[in-house]
Amino acid sequence: MQIKKHLRSIVVIAALAVVPGAALAAGGKAEHPKHVHWHFAGPFGQFDKEAVQRGFQVYKTVCASCHGLELVSYRNLGQKGGPFHLDECPAGIPDTVDCSNPNDNPVVKAIAAEYQVEDGPDDSGDMFRRPALPSDRLPNPYPNEQIARLANNGALPPDLSLITKARHGGANYIYSLLVGYEDAPDTVNVAVGQYYNPYFPGDMAPNIKEEFLGEDGYPVEGVKVPLGGVLAMAPPLSDGMVDYEYDDVPETVDQYAKDVTEFLAWAAEPKMEARKALGVMSMAYLLILCGLIYWSYRAVWSDQKH
Amino acid sequence: MSHQSTYNPGTGIEKWLDKRLPIIRLGHDSFIDFPTPKNLNYWWTFGGILTVCLVIQIITGVILAMHYTPHEDYAFASVEHIMRDVNYGWLMRYVHLNGAALFFFAVYLHMFRGIYYGSYKEPREVLWMLGVVIFILMMATAFMGYVLPWGQMSYWAATVITNLFSAIPWVGEPIKTLLIGGFSVDNPTLNRFFSLHYLLPFAIFGVVVLHVWALHVPGNNNPTGVEVKDVKKDTVPFHPYYTTKDGFAIVVFLTLFAAFVFFNPNGMGHPDNYIPANPLVTPPSIVPEWYFLPFYAILRAITFDVLFIPAKLGGVIAMFASILVLFLLPWLDTSKVRSMRYRPVARGWFFLFVIACIALGWLGGKPAEGAYVLAAQIATAYYFGYFLIIMPLLGVLEKPKPLPKSIAESVLKKDAPAAASAGDAQPVPAE
Repeated sequence: MQIKKHLRSIVVIAALAVVPGAALAAGGKAEHPKHVHWHFAGPFGQFDKEAVQRGFQVYKTVCASCHGLELVSYRNLGQKGGPFHLDECPAGIPDTVDCSNPNDNPVVKAIAAEYQVEDGPDDSGDMFRRPALPSDRLPNPYPNEQIARLANNGALPPDLSLITKARHGGANYIYSLLVGYEDAPDTVNVAVGQYYNPYFPGDMAPNIKEEFLGEDGYPVEGVKVPLGGVLAMAPPLSDGMVDYEYDDVPETVDQYAKDVTEFLAWAAEPKMEARKALGVMSMAYLLILCGLIYWSYRAVWSDQKH
Repeated sequence: MSHQSTYNPGTGIEKWLDKRLPIIRLGHDSFIDFPTPKNLNYWWTFGGILTVCLVIQIITGVILAMHYTPHEDYAFASVEHIMRDVNYGWLMRYVHLNGAALFFFAVYLHMFRGIYYGSYKEPREVLWMLGVVIFILMMATAFMGYVLPWGQMSYWAATVITNLFSAIPWVGEPIKTLLIGGFSVDNPTLNRFFSLHYLLPFAIFGVVVLHVWALHVPGNNNPTGVEVKDVKKDTVPFHPYYTTKDGFAIVVFLTLFAAFVFFNPNGMGHPDNYIPANPLVTPPSIVPEWYFLPFYAILRAITFDVLFIPAKLGGVIAMFASILVLFLLPWLDTSKVRSMRYRPVARGWFFLFVIACIALGWLGGKPAEGAYVLAAQIATAYYFGYFLIIMPLLGVLEKPKPLPKSIAESVLKKDAPAAASAGDAQPVPAE
């Protein structure tokens, strides 16, 4: 049969296309991120509100000293799908207040008021500082990039607003990076102010100690280039560094990392819950419509041979 | 196809209008009573699907433009403003983003269908060529749209692609400078790309009108490739027969569309485009969106100089030639038989062509090194060989199977396979 003959050529081409993938295991690879079962994964996944709240606490206490969150405003915390959204006001607040409005949400207002922001100029032309309002954005830890680099050994801490969408591996990667710090293997140099992390996409080849390099400049036999890379961020989390309000949640690096990743996933995609809810309705609608139109199509064509 | 108008203006207003501007008659004759071969399969539904795609892109695009700011300092933030603060802005953006990708998915299937069934052959050459024009306009539009969010991949894709033009001798550099409005990708680039990205879809819309017009003069091709002999026996009116069939296919397509938009909206994108553009940091790998990858692979497959043509220019020529060769397709295919149903040898080479295209797509996303390059070169050679050598030769060498006498005959035969065994032509299964 003709098909068979062609099939053979197809297989040859396909093999040509696939084989190189295995052959090319070049350096500069990072460890594959650990797989975490996130509460927000899957078509029905929602954010775990308490985890997002705790994650905000971790961000505020730890990350915020170096990393900005410039796309997030305090009001976002209280909007629908946000960690501090309220359907109803807590007791003691007058009926006239609508706490589902993030600008009137007492929790959000209290969080915002902890911060001072610059405003102005006022009527006399002076800038002044005032407590933040829900409509203000979260403050950037550094006034400009130069100061940020100066404070961080030349590195610029990236803004975290979109971090879970802006990295391969997404939330799994962020979590893996936070918990993945380890001592660098003996075969590599790590400069002062640099930290080894097998999950960080870098290239450790230039860091191999000279005594492990052959004359050709490649590592001698038996010495492998370690996965991952070095970064200027020291391991940011340590056990017990953030006090959680509830006792039943462990205060461990692993828990902090999970919580702050959940928070950052929310910050990157604050409308996720609305999206998935509308998605379920849309799919149901479209599937029913599919059935109806298919039935019409069959009915219309029933008088035709085709 | 051109046919006697059956439109009967019913009301006074219709009669009045019909004498002055017979636009209702045009619509009636084109989309209600238009005689359409009764044997069209689901591969013929992509015309309708693509129209829906274009309309969706234009509507969501116009709305996005209301909230978007084409300035290097604000573009990225304005897209996030759409995602976070505009009512249903996230929906508009994700529909527009995934709509572009699915638009290409549908157009590729539409083109493969055209090649398989010989829909570009006499008298449909102009119809096919207008389709190629639409495809080129789509590519230009999608490329410029991808630059607008001003993420890392936007910026560097713009840099890489506009840089290609500098490979053209003599005029290359001035063309590149004109294209990006300066000597590197910058605010002027973003401004003109936004302007053109808004303009081109309407140009596409115009060419689509011509495309439909060029379709309605000879009428649809069909899976047998045999022309309509008897309008009564071979065709059905477009409405309700094909409005329901296309409608069903469109809703199935929209279901797939919705699955992406609502449940995996960034699945086809690249994470680097959520990092704001930074001219000082080059991403580790610069890859275009998946729908450009086959052409990107062809571009990078030319790693050698040919005579006086340097490799860079060679790659650019090969990439543009891979699209422009489609214009010549009606004349490169020498076969008298349209449909590959009756061309068993051609069918094998066609499927190999499809595999070469998919392989090129895969290779385009891989680093241009080692065996990947070799594989891309083989696939590129087959891509051009298919059009320039195999197609012309097959028409001469191949002995096609006998064709059915008419569409009606082929339809009846499919319904009664037992009776067919006595006849001449073998019905082709699985269509």
